[in-house]
Amino acid sequence: MATTYRTCPVSGLQFEDQAEKLMRWNAVAGVLWLLVGGITALLVILTRWPAIKLLPADQFYLILTAHGVDMLILWILFFEMAVLYFASSTLLRCRLATPKIAWLGFWLMVVGGITTNIAIFQGESSVMFTSYVPMQAAPHFYLGIILVAVGALLGTAVFFGTLVVAKKDKTYQGSLPLVTFGALTAAIIATFTILAGAGILIPTFLWSIGLIKEIDAQLYRMVWWGLGHSSQQINVAAHVSIWYLTAAVIFGAKPLSEKVSRGAFLLYILFLQLASAHHLLSDPGMSSEWKVLNTSYFMYFAVMASMIHGFTVPGAIEAAQRRKGYTNGLFEWLRKAPWGNPVFSGMFISLVSFGFLGGISGVVLGTEQINMLMHNTFYVPGHFHTTVVTGTTLAFMSITYLLVPVLFRREMILPKLCQIQPYLFGISMSVLGLVMMGAGTLGVSRRHWDMAFSGAPFQYEWPGAAYLMMGLTGIFGVIAVIGGGLWILLVVGSLLFGKKLDGGKVSNQPTPIPANTQAASAVAHGSDHVGVPGTVVLALLLFVCFVLYYFVNWKYLSEVWLLS
Amino acid sequence: MSAILPPSDRLWWKQPIDKVEWAWIAIAFVWGMIMFAMMIYWHVYGKQNLSNEAYKTTPELFGAKAEKFIAENTIRTETDQNIPVVKVPAGGDGYLIARLWAWYPILELEKGQTYKIHLSSMDYAHGFSLQPVNINIEVLPGYEHVVKMTPTKEGTYAIVCNEYCGIGHSSMLGRIYVK
Repeated sequence: MATTYRTCPVSGLQFEDQAEKLMRWNAVAGVLWLLVGGITALLVILTRWPAIKLLPADQFYLILTAHGVDMLILWILFFEMAVLYFASSTLLRCRLATPKIAWLGFWLMVVGGITTNIAIFQGESSVMFTSYVPMQAAPHFYLGIILVAVGALLGTAVFFGTLVVAKKDKTYQGSLPLVTFGALTAAIIATFTILAGAGILIPTFLWSIGLIKEIDAQLYRMVWWGLGHSSQQINVAAHVSIWYLTAAVIFGAKPLSEKVSRGAFLLYILFLQLASAHHLLSDPGMSSEWKVLNTSYFMYFAVMASMIHGFTVPGAIEAAQRRKGYTNGLFEWLRKAPWGNPVFSGMFISLVSFGFLGGISGVVLGTEQINMLMHNTFYVPGHFHTTVVTGTTLAFMSITYLLVPVLFRREMILPKLCQIQPYLFGISMSVLGLVMMGAGTLGVSRRHWDMAFSGAPFQYEWPGAAYLMMGLTGIFGVIAVIGGGLWILLVVGSLLFGKKLDGGKVSNQPTPIPANTQAASAVAHGSDHVGVPGTVVLALLLFVCFVLYYFVNWKYLSEVWLLS
Repeated sequence: MSAILPPSDRLWWKQPIDKVEWAWIAIAFVWGMIMFAMMIYWHVYGKQNLSNEAYKTTPELFGAKAEKFIAENTIRTETDQNIPVVKVPAGGDGYLIARLWAWYPILELEKGQTYKIHLSSMDYAHGFSLQPVNINIEVLPGYEHVVKMTPTKEGTYAIVCNEYCGIGHSSMLGRIYVK
């Protein structure tokens, strides 16, 4: 098929015509879903803020369902499709395999997303993102998600096909770049995840139209989390890839060790799926042996992988900076980093927030006995707003500051606002996550409309601190929504009004990645080795916080009623 | 060369790993094993472990057992809805029904006694969230979960439902007395 290749004059990246269009459409669709998700976020926050309590109960649950679906599935999946096409076609400088299938996948996802949203906004499908049976949504709620999943599966298949094309057309030599390798792990996890999703959502759809009589509530939870949790692992693999990408683009950083970074991605494939079990730690139907085996022995290998990335990403940046001469003290490399560049600042806040807040809270939450202190409390959304939002979403936002000029050929408008946006959003969302976890530690429930329990036969008064935490949740939630809204405004504004940039040379043939010379390989053999003491200090700080917080929670647990 | 290009050394897997990286990997690995051991340690020596005793049941079967328990052990009724307050025999079995949108009945326990509390749902999934103690257990229809509990302090406790169960979810509040 005839296609063209454009070499971006700014970045030197090469975009194949079809892949470029697909990336743009997927990214734009993702941003539109983020807009819907953001509006619903504001309504959720203003309802859970006890002083405001905006919506009535039925609308609150409806909006909360929409917020979960539009953010966790639609915004992130559309953006991830763009990431997959970028990591394959653009980084490997080859044509996209079967662009028609990729477009089919895109439109299936669009139709599916709209279908599910119609079901939600019609009001008969306020079943939350998790849609636990036997609570039933309208059939088109499930059907829409199935269409999205099929579309995403097609996109993933195109990604795999594109890797084959690159190999066959010899557009690169040797092994895949690390970022593409990371995207490959994301795509492999996605395949597993979507199949698990099909395994539960297709029967649930059939049940909703009356063809299946009953679905076991425990079985549903087990298989559903094979979709629900694993899909978050796609996000982790994708945003870690973006961290490496940012480090490479901004600093020219190379991985400290290809072997270690790739090994860590491999651990994700092997072990992350099993971590889905940690959603069932306080369930009746599983034994302790099953819970402990799946969540610890196996999950901790995935935790180890994240700890490795948490070390090697800043380590790679530190090494690159030290090579440039920023060698004073422990942290000159970090102080002299381009904090005014939103691509970097967003990525670094994402890294720190994901590690210190999302990572630590996730492991503690995933400890069998400690889970009883937090299961279904506000701690849970607190945790995942510091993984999926400050981790994944912020990484996606920050890389967009790079993609707008490179992929959409527009200059970002209002550069001052672009500079502050990652701080505004990243910091407020991190604090939001923290105060949500604080409220959860005090017992406040997630997915709950009324802390005053009006209409109940009894009274229960939450501690004053819980109201304080929920008030702070409201304040920082609103700031975070403003920060997210600002990003949408800047991106959409730049796409519409930004200065048009030169697209660069267009060719009918891809220009392959030049082969490495022997000299370059020799250099990589450790002769330019630099130490990374600053990263060691940061990593040890993370470790100390991790250990302390972990044991504090065992102390909390030892103080509750005895259970056996 | 960089993370967006193929590794400059084609035999990248033969490159030695730096000592610092090895050390961090070792720390992460050992820490994982400590956390693994900690859960098992708590099963042996800890006093807060969620029961593994659970049975398949149906709303009808569980409801019948619970009604029998309530009929035999009710000591009084409370509120204008006449919700029975049921004294669970010390060391004995108590039943708690989760349904749209109530925890039924009110249980009365004694401090320091160990009870086998049977939990199940009549309809949707519910969440047993004992406050202000903050113990949270999933309650599912079709499963009878037998949780051994020993209250450590007297007082009036609330059972909040923390698994979303529909429009009345936020009014689903139950009560446990500990004398």
